[in-house]
Amino acid sequence: MSEDAARAVALLAVDPLGLGGAVLRGPPGPARDGWLAALRANLPPGTPWRRLPLNAPDGALLGGLDLTATLAAGRPIAQKGVLAEADGGIVLLPMAERIATDVAAKLAAVLDTRQVAVRRDGLSLDLPARLALVALDEGLEGEAVPPPLAERLAFRLDLALPFTLPPAEIQAARARLPAVRVPDAILEALVGGALALGIGSLRAPLFALNAARAAAALAGRDEVLAEDAALAARLVLGHRATRLPEAPAEPETPPPPPDQEQDQAETAAPDPAQLQELILEAARASLPAGLLAGLSGEAREAARRAAAGRAGARRKAEARGRPIGSRPGALRGAARLALVDTLRAAAPWQRLRRQGAPAGPLIRVRREDIRLKRFQARTETTAIFAVDASGSAALNRLAEAKGAVELLLADCYVRRDQVAVIGFRGRAAELLLPPTSSLVRAKRSLAGLPGGGATPLAAGMEAALALAEDQRRRGRTPLMVLLTDGRANIARDGSQGRPGAEADADLVAQQIRAAGLPALLVDTAPRPSAFGKQLAAAMGGRYLPLPVMDGARLSAAVAGVREAG
Amino acid sequence: MDLPLRTPPVAEAAAPARRPPFPFAAIVAQEEMKRALLIAAVDPGVGGVLVFGDRGTGKSTAVRALAALLPPMLVVAGSPYNADPRQPFPPQSGPIEVAEVPVPVVDLPLGATEDRVAGALDIERALAHGEKAFEPGLLARAHRGFLYIDEVNLLEDHLVDLLLDVAASGENVVEREGISIRHPARFVLVGSGNPEEGELRPQLLDRFGLSVEVRTPTDLPTRIEVVKRRDAYDRDPAGFCARWEKPAVAIRKQILAARKRLPRLKVPDAVLEDAAKLCLALGTDGLRGELTLMRAARAEAALTGASRVDRAHLRAIAAPALRHRMRRNPLDEAVATIRVERALTELFGP
Repeated sequence: MSEDAARAVALLAVDPLGLGGAVLRGPPGPARDGWLAALRANLPPGTPWRRLPLNAPDGALLGGLDLTATLAAGRPIAQKGVLAEADGGIVLLPMAERIATDVAAKLAAVLDTRQVAVRRDGLSLDLPARLALVALDEGLEGEAVPPPLAERLAFRLDLALPFTLPPAEIQAARARLPAVRVPDAILEALVGGALALGIGSLRAPLFALNAARAAAALAGRDEVLAEDAALAARLVLGHRATRLPEAPAEPETPPPPPDQEQDQAETAAPDPAQLQELILEAARASLPAGLLAGLSGEAREAARRAAAGRAGARRKAEARGRPIGSRPGALRGAARLALVDTLRAAAPWQRLRRQGAPAGPLIRVRREDIRLKRFQARTETTAIFAVDASGSAALNRLAEAKGAVELLLADCYVRRDQVAVIGFRGRAAELLLPPTSSLVRAKRSLAGLPGGGATPLAAGMEAALALAEDQRRRGRTPLMVLLTDGRANIARDGSQGRPGAEADADLVAQQIRAAGLPALLVDTAPRPSAFGKQLAAAMGGRYLPLPVMDGARLSAAVAGVREAG
Repeated sequence: MDLPLRTPPVAEAAAPARRPPFPFAAIVAQEEMKRALLIAAVDPGVGGVLVFGDRGTGKSTAVRALAALLPPMLVVAGSPYNADPRQPFPPQSGPIEVAEVPVPVVDLPLGATEDRVAGALDIERALAHGEKAFEPGLLARAHRGFLYIDEVNLLEDHLVDLLLDVAASGENVVEREGISIRHPARFVLVGSGNPEEGELRPQLLDRFGLSVEVRTPTDLPTRIEVVKRRDAYDRDPAGFCARWEKPAVAIRKQILAARKRLPRLKVPDAVLEDAAKLCLALGTDGLRGELTLMRAARAEAALTGASRVDRAHLRAIAAPALRHRMRRNPLDEAVATIRVERALTELFGP
């Protein structure tokens, strides 16, 4: 909706600090560039405008010791990070959907406290950083800006079409902003609207309030009217909705974005119920198209969880095979020197050390300067659970299988493993939970696993194998736990029939063996089947018949596989 | 970019041109979180508070608000370690000059490096005067106060190790450039975070005396009040804080009165027995559960102005004291609270 994009840019230019910023979803291109140019053009001249480098280390982000300058000056020279440099302005965050969880948390802290707390490299500085963040999200399917960050930005815009910014008195609006009043009825309607849309966080209504205020200021008014609130609801609340509000006598399709400025402006004092209905109507208009029909709290929640799961997975991926910072320590064994960090630790002392002993090497590094590279531990395990949720398995106590998996998850938690869950039923396998160390999410993904349908065993095993190889590439050690009753009846090409399905499963089992993936087959059939045993042998894995679910045995078996792997 | 290098003293760090923190007294609802923080303010020996929960519930707001609420404390004048005049560090002979300072609530931001957390040599002094002087870090500044870590579940592992070590020994040891410093570092650890971002290491979880779960309020009037107050604060922080000064004074008095009452409050054997039974019923690990129950119940009694600790006080603080200590199904955080409630009902009646 290019009209919304234009409105959002104007509102953000009026009150960047009060709105936090925006997530721009969409590929790089004229639409995005145009939006950014419009924002920049409407900010006061000289407003800082910084782009956060990709994979910026903490020093670039938060600030730290300037190594070159420190060595040259012989005394510590500090260097501001991007965030402090952007004080009073805008920070662009390219590829925001890929940033690591800890970077997102640092940015969130800056947005919350409006300052950068530098406690690094011998520096203790609190630098003002009153800024708004524009997160650029390439808008790929299934990826999203980490929730803690998206939560702190008022707008989320899907940019597709270029737009034109209607001329607006932005500077005047900015001056007017502090004087704009919000009637209680409007505030209450915005808070009520957010609640009715299932938005838990209280930041949302606060952003909506600020957006409404900016809209009133833009319109040259000193009081927020219903139309301002409606606009704020559309821009701030709509995309945050997790459920459709129960509305009285809803039409089949809600009317298109209300072109209601005129008639609403004339409504002098609408009663609270009307106001809230107006706000919900406006928010509904900005619910993503297509989602509207199928939107239920559950579906939306699932999407949110999946996004969160990916955030966790990304964080680890970010660290794959790469150092993730440095720490002080002794250089021995397999430890690797972090040269620049070591120099940084030694730099401020150079002049002093030379005074102590004039003859000697040019740069004097002592034992306590030594910094070691920290790597993502290579031994971390990802336990991949492939769970048969077919009709036959459901009959054979899917609920108990879930219970057993939960026990195993608890075990993995104790060992700090990551877990992933793949469910298969009907015709296909589905990644229910990308590798994560959050058990809250793991548990939810299992709880949401429905049962029923045919048994595409080969597809499930294949999905687990693919995920395992992906995990290996990320420097982790995968292991697979396959829970099935072994009644395969869907082949890899989707055709029905037991013989084809079993042959395919056998084939994938051989691939698993060739890949050297440690595996455990837990046979959940009431009577252990010969096929299950044979499949386990083909995988080169262990076989555990479990006619009665026994958490302790299961846990011991997985531990065995882990050690063997 | 040539910035002056400095370590601002505590008072200066607390009061640059930034907004005053949101007043504690103006926080709507979230009673359990507020109570836990007050208990820690009355008896730091309770062992820290962990606040876990939903986004946008004002977790860090509450912790930062605590600073403005705490009655000041006495230190050896000019001591970078907030040294206690009763046990000065480093030891002094002769008369001690005493100063009144605010109780520190020190932020440990993510991205802090070890040298600033533990302290290091003061480079400026070394360069200017050739002196090897220690420049205390965040741990020294937090001594006798609070150390706050937002997103504590994202803190880097080697810093967690350092914290665990210092928390266990009560002192911080730094060796650098040929000097060795050892100074007391006892503080109340306060952490907050959202469990969806990652798990907390079990060893660290165990360090927290109380653990609080926060949820966004779901009733409309409460939510409206939260938004109204927050908005009023955002528009005029100083004016808002001034309007809430009176309730703030009342809470400060409550803390002072409770602290005064605390040493005289005895925990009767019957309550100790209750605590032991409860821990047994819930299968909590170790003695720390019972100890926390006892201390927190006593602080609770002191806060309510009671003259003796009784079962009601124990019940009031049982959930935050125990919910993170049960040999639990780690998958089930919500269930932990229910289990505590159930055990309380089974043992002591509804």
